Amino acid sequence: MATAEDLTIKPTSQALLSDTAPARRQNLGQVIRWMLLFGGGVAMVMPLVYMISTSLKFPFEVYNLNLIPEEPTLENYQLVLGDIRFAWWFGNSILIATLTTVSNVFFDSLVGYTLCKFKFRGRYIVFIAILSTLMIPTEMLVIPWYLMSQQLGWLDTHWGIMFPGMMTAFGVFLMKQFFETVPDDFIEAARIDGLNEFQIWWSVAMPLVKPALAALAIFVFLGNWTAFIWPLIVTNSPEMYTLPVGLTTFSVEQQVEWELIMTGAAISTLPTLIVFLIFQRFIIRGVVMAGLKG
Amino acid sequence: MANLALRNLTKTYDKTQVLHGIDLAVEDGEFVVFVGPSGCGKSTTLRLIAGLEEVSGGEIEIDGRIVNNLEPKERNIAMVFQNYAIYPHMSVRKNIGFGLRTSGLPQAARTKRIDEVARILDMTDLLDRKPNQLSGGQRQRVAIGRAMVRNPAVFLFDEPLSNLDAQLRTQMRLEIKKLHQRVGNTIVFVTHDQVEAMTMADRIVIMKDGRIQQVGTPAQVYHKPANTFVAQFIGAPSMNMFEARVSAGQLTLANGSTLAAPVPLFGDRPVILGIRPDDLVAGGDAPLLEGRIEVLEPLGSETLAYVGVAGREVIAKASGRAPPAVGDSVSLSADPSNMHLFDAETGEALS
Ligand SMILES: Nc1ncnc2c1ncn2[C@@H]1O[C@H](COP(=O)(O)OP(=O)(O)O)[C@@H](O)[C@H]1O
Ligand SMILES: [Mg+2]
Repeated sequence: MATAEDLTIKPTSQALLSDTAPARRQNLGQVIRWMLLFGGGVAMVMPLVYMISTSLKFPFEVYNLNLIPEEPTLENYQLVLGDIRFAWWFGNSILIATLTTVSNVFFDSLVGYTLCKFKFRGRYIVFIAILSTLMIPTEMLVIPWYLMSQQLGWLDTHWGIMFPGMMTAFGVFLMKQFFETVPDDFIEAARIDGLNEFQIWWSVAMPLVKPALAALAIFVFLGNWTAFIWPLIVTNSPEMYTLPVGLTTFSVEQQVEWELIMTGAAISTLPTLIVFLIFQRFIIRGVVMAGLKG
Repeated sequence: MANLALRNLTKTYDKTQVLHGIDLAVEDGEFVVFVGPSGCGKSTTLRLIAGLEEVSGGEIEIDGRIVNNLEPKERNIAMVFQNYAIYPHMSVRKNIGFGLRTSGLPQAARTKRIDEVARILDMTDLLDRKPNQLSGGQRQRVAIGRAMVRNPAVFLFDEPLSNLDAQLRTQMRLEIKKLHQRVGNTIVFVTHDQVEAMTMADRIVIMKDGRIQQVGTPAQVYHKPANTFVAQFIGAPSMNMFEARVSAGQLTLANGSTLAAPVPLFGDRPVILGIRPDDLVAGGDAPLLEGRIEVLEPLGSETLAYVGVAGREVIAKASGRAPPAVGDSVSLSADPSNMHLFDAETGEALS
């Protein structure tokens, strides 16, 4: 990506001194840029294409790397969708990703707003403390989380899977930064209009940061939808597996059933697509400024 | 009855004191304008009245109640901000009605009140629009509407016209003044623009460095400025100031001109003589100053002449129809009744 960016800058700045030679060089720059982008695009799309292609194949054809199945079939979809285990996992994943998303959007912005708009003693230290947890990798946290879940009886429960992600330092940070763009005048006007602090946050500040909320919702949903390590560790029984964890077990039964794994994976991309389509329309810049100035 | 009273109001941020004892009583229905240079504490005063900041000392009384410990919403005030602060995600109707949310009025009464305010502000057609579909002037009217809808005891305006272009500003100035005549609520209006203050106010409060310099009607502060700061801040262009000396009832300027002191003064003391450009004219029997015209500023009905007098610049008024020419020598004089004398040390007016 960075290379493509670099290439775009040079030709345009040369084009300012415009003549025919720089123009040709600009064309060359364009070509290289497009080729790089095309290569990147192909590299990213190919796994997805193979995923779909494999999900449409019979087992005998899985190891032929042909893109178009010779005998396309929807039998895998029937098998996967008809399997009760898949329904469990799908349900678990939906439940967990949805609840963590709602929780993050609510609590991250509540904390972010407080850190941003209330001047209380020690708020800077609180903010730094929250930020510093960003530097601890999940792998290090897994053991304390596990011990904690064990003591509190949260192992192999939905809550056990969800609790580490109900609030995230990243979300708090993101929301705090976005609330900085909400002018204090709005908040003070609402205070004079008689709203209490919670109402001000909810009905004045929150609508003004909708784009950030949408972005946060997408991040959190995708993050939890695809989370693997922690759900794998905290769950034991197949009914509690999430989709990513469950899908891997398709492989251990008799043999690696790639076509079923790929089918499950293909189906599991649907909710992420839907979430993205729902929220992306909120990601419109410059909403906040419209109420101010002339 | 005083509708708003400030008693020895002080405010300190961290260690810096920004207000040093503000005392003021505002009558019911009065239009009071706070004016002063940027940073003098106008907004702070307004925010203290609104309850957005806590007072460090003193008392605020609104409508006969001490409100020091009341929340903004309990103070029966409404405020219009410089940036309008109308919510971009709500229609004009919702914005105006926002202040009624906590009023406990039934829906029908609210709608009626919003329509009434919209009619007064001539915005009935705009009620369903979003703020980004409005011009700057219309947005400001929405902000005023939102303040009006609750019919507060006191309206607070913090430089509401600063973001508008010059023409619109003049127009809105007039609109707000008319509005005040119609609805009659008490208004406290903050501006750094002395023209705004002069044209709108019933009474002007001139502030500097967290202290009130003078309170009075526009005519009073213009004709009887309390000190050199007020004298130079009010009126454009600024009053000319000359060092002078009084002895035995005679006023002697630095250039040696003498005249009978316009106010009877005893003793022998240095003073400052102030004369507005409007009152300093060419000709006259007893010329005070002589100089050469350096620059002319034709303003139509009159012409401002910048006259070089003994190494400094003095502004005088000349005719608009038959202006003098640059380079002309002029002698300037003024009617003693239009002269202002100030103490050379304290800057206080002598009278
Ligand atoms: N929140 C604050 N913290 C510290 N100092 C402040 C704060 N608000 C205002 N001040 C200071 O108080 C003084 C008066 O400010 P303000 O009332 O806004 O002036 P004005 O509205 O007359 O331009 C200024 O010197 C300003 O720097
Ligand atoms: Mg101000």
